[in-house]
Amino acid sequence: MAERSFKAEVEHLRKGDGDVFTGEGILAITKALLENGVGYVGGYQGAPISHLMDVLADAEELMGELGVRFEANASEAAAAAMLAASVHYPIRGAVTFKGPVGVNVASDALANLSSSGVTGGALVIVGEDYGEGSSIMQERSHGFAMKSQFWMLDPRPNLPCITKAVKDGFELSEASNTPVMLMVRIRSCHVTGSFETKDNQRPPLTVAEAAANPRSDFNRVVLPPMSYLHEKDKIENRWPAAEKFIRDNKLNEVFGPEKAPLGIVVQGGMYNSVIRALQRLGLADIHGETDVPLYVLNVTYPLLKDEFDNFCAGKEHVLVVEEGQPDHIEQQLGSYLYKLERKVKLHGKDVLPMAGEYTGQVLLDGVTGFLKIAAPEMLPGAVRAPNAEAPAIPDLTDTVPIRPPGFCTGCPERPIFAAMKLTEQELGKHQITGDIGCHLFGVLPPFEIGGSTMGYGLGPASNAAFDGGGDKRVISILGDGGFWHNGLSTSIGNMVFNKSDSVAVIVDNYYSAATGGQDVMSSRAHNDTKSTNNPISKALKGVGVEWVRQIDRTYDVGKLREVLREALTTDYKGPKVIVASSECMLNKQRREKPLRNKAIKEGRRMEVPRFGVDADVCTGDHACIRLSGCPSLSLKRLDDPLRDDPVAHIDQTCVGCGNCGEVADTAVLCPSFYQADVVHNPTRFERWRADKTAQIIRWLQDRRDAKRLRSEGVTT
Amino acid sequence: MNMVLPQKTPDVRVEKIIKLAVMAVGGQGGGVLTGWIEAMARAEGYVCQATSVAGVAQRTGATIYYVEMAPKGALDPVFALAPAAGDVDVLIAAEMMEVGRAVMRGFVTPDRTTLIGSTHRALAVSEKMAPGDGIADADEVRAAAEIAAQNLILEDMEGLAVGAGSVISASLFGALAGSGALPFRREAYENAIRAGGKGVEPSLRAFAVGFDAAQGKLQQTAPAAAEKEAAPFQLVGPEALQAEWTALVSRADRLPEPVHDLALAGLAKVVNFQDCAYGALYLDRLDTVLARDSAARDWRLSAEAAKYIANAMAYDDIIRVADLKTRAPRFTHIRQEMRAGDANLMQLTEYFHPRAEEIAGLMPARLGARVEASDKWMARLNRWFDKGRRLRTDRLPAFLMLHFLGGLKGYRLKTHRHAIEVAHLDNWLGRCLDEVDADYALAVELVKCRRLIKGYSDTHARGLGKFDKVVDAADLLRGREDAADWVARLREAALQDADGEALDGAIATVRSFV
Repeated sequence: MAERSFKAEVEHLRKGDGDVFTGEGILAITKALLENGVGYVGGYQGAPISHLMDVLADAEELMGELGVRFEANASEAAAAAMLAASVHYPIRGAVTFKGPVGVNVASDALANLSSSGVTGGALVIVGEDYGEGSSIMQERSHGFAMKSQFWMLDPRPNLPCITKAVKDGFELSEASNTPVMLMVRIRSCHVTGSFETKDNQRPPLTVAEAAANPRSDFNRVVLPPMSYLHEKDKIENRWPAAEKFIRDNKLNEVFGPEKAPLGIVVQGGMYNSVIRALQRLGLADIHGETDVPLYVLNVTYPLLKDEFDNFCAGKEHVLVVEEGQPDHIEQQLGSYLYKLERKVKLHGKDVLPMAGEYTGQVLLDGVTGFLKIAAPEMLPGAVRAPNAEAPAIPDLTDTVPIRPPGFCTGCPERPIFAAMKLTEQELGKHQITGDIGCHLFGVLPPFEIGGSTMGYGLGPASNAAFDGGGDKRVISILGDGGFWHNGLSTSIGNMVFNKSDSVAVIVDNYYSAATGGQDVMSSRAHNDTKSTNNPISKALKGVGVEWVRQIDRTYDVGKLREVLREALTTDYKGPKVIVASSECMLNKQRREKPLRNKAIKEGRRMEVPRFGVDADVCTGDHACIRLSGCPSLSLKRLDDPLRDDPVAHIDQTCVGCGNCGEVADTAVLCPSFYQADVVHNPTRFERWRADKTAQIIRWLQDRRDAKRLRSEGVTT
Repeated sequence: MNMVLPQKTPDVRVEKIIKLAVMAVGGQGGGVLTGWIEAMARAEGYVCQATSVAGVAQRTGATIYYVEMAPKGALDPVFALAPAAGDVDVLIAAEMMEVGRAVMRGFVTPDRTTLIGSTHRALAVSEKMAPGDGIADADEVRAAAEIAAQNLILEDMEGLAVGAGSVISASLFGALAGSGALPFRREAYENAIRAGGKGVEPSLRAFAVGFDAAQGKLQQTAPAAAEKEAAPFQLVGPEALQAEWTALVSRADRLPEPVHDLALAGLAKVVNFQDCAYGALYLDRLDTVLARDSAARDWRLSAEAAKYIANAMAYDDIIRVADLKTRAPRFTHIRQEMRAGDANLMQLTEYFHPRAEEIAGLMPARLGARVEASDKWMARLNRWFDKGRRLRTDRLPAFLMLHFLGGLKGYRLKTHRHAIEVAHLDNWLGRCLDEVDADYALAVELVKCRRLIKGYSDTHARGLGKFDKVVDAADLLRGREDAADWVARLREAALQDADGEALDGAIATVRSFV
């Protein structure tokens, strides 16, 4: 079950003609898919479209009623491959994943799909993960559209436009027999707003009906000589058809005065930010009515030469606002102008930065810079000649610490990295590669374990060069999500086949945790529509890994260290795989807390563990924190003039996972930690025994206290 | 040739767009707060747009939510999707360093921003890791916020919320209402909480205290302040011993003013550790320092010595730990801390891991020294003792064992560990006093180096190693005018990281010029 439930919101997907939907962008996209008669949907989770997968999963019942098939695909490649259903059948299909890493994985299928061409509308909804909040390398998905010749929509980021883009996308795809990518940026996915809904449409042909009446046509198969024909078909037929559809249906928009000496060409997704810059310069009103003409590219690929040329007519300066690099759009538009021998001056990356997110400030500066060149008289006086000095605000760069994401309180992965850190202290530093997933936080302080990530499921594969063994075996890390996504064949299969003498640690937290706790094949929970409970260790044995160690409680730091030591020192040559399994604490708490509270309320016996630190015993050396970094294990300054340094302190957010105690024990740190289990609804015998014990303890304490001087309280 | 476009007056309605950003630490409930704000704005006839960044970026990391709203008209406004520097009306920061981050990113400006911040700290890993005190300076953030914000509301919103049995999103929402930064009545806010439907009553309570805090009407929490004023260095115990204690206190009372408070604290610490005779020994040791010190020097050396001699004398041996773990107030304190009510029982598990060194330390001095010198015996002891022990101190067997160990005070001064500690103390203090005449400042800094010795087992050994390195480096620096400064610098370097890399770098620098 995913971290966030959309069960309540999913009811809004039933709205019909004339209703108003208010909510998040991803829900609106789902609604639009249903309104446009989609026949099958799928995808692979990953920010910023994880919630789209969660919404689809929660909407499975509704989709069932409409005859829509939903697949939680094994990977982006699987998702893109599923669009093959639209090759021969007039069925609309949509899949979603993140870009560009998801697109990278999907690119094989996308390229084949683009070559074959489609009959039914094929829509790829890509969450473009660029800029603040992104967790991946910064690249654009745009290049994929250019190389494989599929079309790219980048609608203005509001709900009416995004939902319209879904409709446009399907129609454009069908009109040009080409898959279409609908790009939504990080914030567009989670932007809230309203749009008017229509009735949901049952697909004219369902996948079940299609499978009952199979079709095939070898002309659509990517094999010579058909593939040569596909290549020509793309240019001679599909592209012109797409251009015609985009032009006729006015998918791109023009705003502002018809006549002006300057204009701005903007990706649809950047429209709001450009308007904000113009608003701040007094050149646009609250509704976006602008003094500077705008040519809004809701379709960023292909670009329409004549439409663009028309926009440029009579203008002396045109600015292209295109986020990220390379500047594909600016290059193409420049080439158009050059070939048309136009005199208009094209600006873009000269006044705007080539790389990085176009934030409010960046665009304000960029548009101001453009206007200074193109029409300085339009700029407000204050910009042309600033007279008020802004007050100097102290620079806090050296004061405010960075706060990268990290392991949650009680995370079962923390003890794995604590054990690896202790192993490093014992056996020295090893060559370690990471993978994608929460476990990649292990490369950050305090652990600093691992030095690279090459892609999902590629942790062990990225250590292959060192797999020959030697004085020190290399270690690689792989998550359960990555294992099932790609790791089983690409990493583990690779190790087995090449007789790798290295160690792989598989971090199994029962979910695809980093993306929001979606189920994977080895999840332990029961799932009505998916097959779970397929153990990783069984799969390992199946592909020929002989040395497998299964750890069922990652919090046992001592045992983990022992197993790591064994893997690194054993005489066994060949792949050594450790599967370290414990449930993601975020999901565990979400699942167990309500049950526990209910049990307590009903009078059932319950133990609730939490850890603490004796401030008197802690010396403030923080060794425990260097093996933990847990948010609930923090520091506290004591009100004691004899103490220089703050002591460790565990706050009430502790979930009692046990890592602190285990680490203190295994690393032989100190005796400051204690575990307090509060027993709710104790049994009568228990209470009687506890009372008797307390009486004896109290008597002993009093007897000793009667003979000595002591401070009255405890240090807090 | 430019076609001239006349410059228009900026649209006044653009100014009516309210821009609000929430900066929080992942997991703090920024989404709930944003949801309330959004729902309220819509219910009050505003068009509203919210954006956020979900996913792995939120796992305990800094995260941001953004809301824009404007009165509803015939046409929809165009809203931005992310806050821009210099263009934020209300900034809510759910933690003190996030307040700092908001200021740093330019989201707080004197011409427009109401800044609502929580002063509590959720320490970043980098702050917690340092072996010394790496906690960022909140006062600097406060000072910057005071300059940057047009209106500033800073309170411990976390504490207020927890006190009301709720979470910080509710108290911040209350503070937003109390700030008057949004054109909505208090009821509108409360309705939004009620409409949310989850934990309504506690949320409303926390909302109310947040509201009062923003309006400066928060009831001062007087009791907490009063508690702190209670004399911290009082010892309690049987009357017979109280006389001895009073005598020691009056002896300490005669010490010069700059030394007095620390000496009293130190005295209480060592007597609590051992007994009054040990306290007298402490004062004797302090006297040897005082004899070499003077009022002209402001008694700086003695003040530092009062602190560090006490710390050195009250070392962390098994007896001390066992004693502290079995004292009555501790049990009461933990029950409170864990919020265990009368209806609950509490099980208490201690995490111990003794090593051969601790066992040898507990032996009589000569025997202990012999055992520690013998690899065979140490290996044997490790075999017997070196493993993690979980002791249930709420049960009799473990309690009795620790109670017995904690009662070995009468024997403590004969142990091997005590001999080691005394030798180290004498050596250290002697070295410091040797410097007094030639370089007083250096002597003071050397006394302060005792701060480096802390922790148990490996950590303790590393601390000792660092201490030795700094003290040895002092030998190299002797005679130089900046010797004291350098020793201070080396000490700070030693506290920066666990492995002493910064210290080694600093010592290399020292070697390069001496």
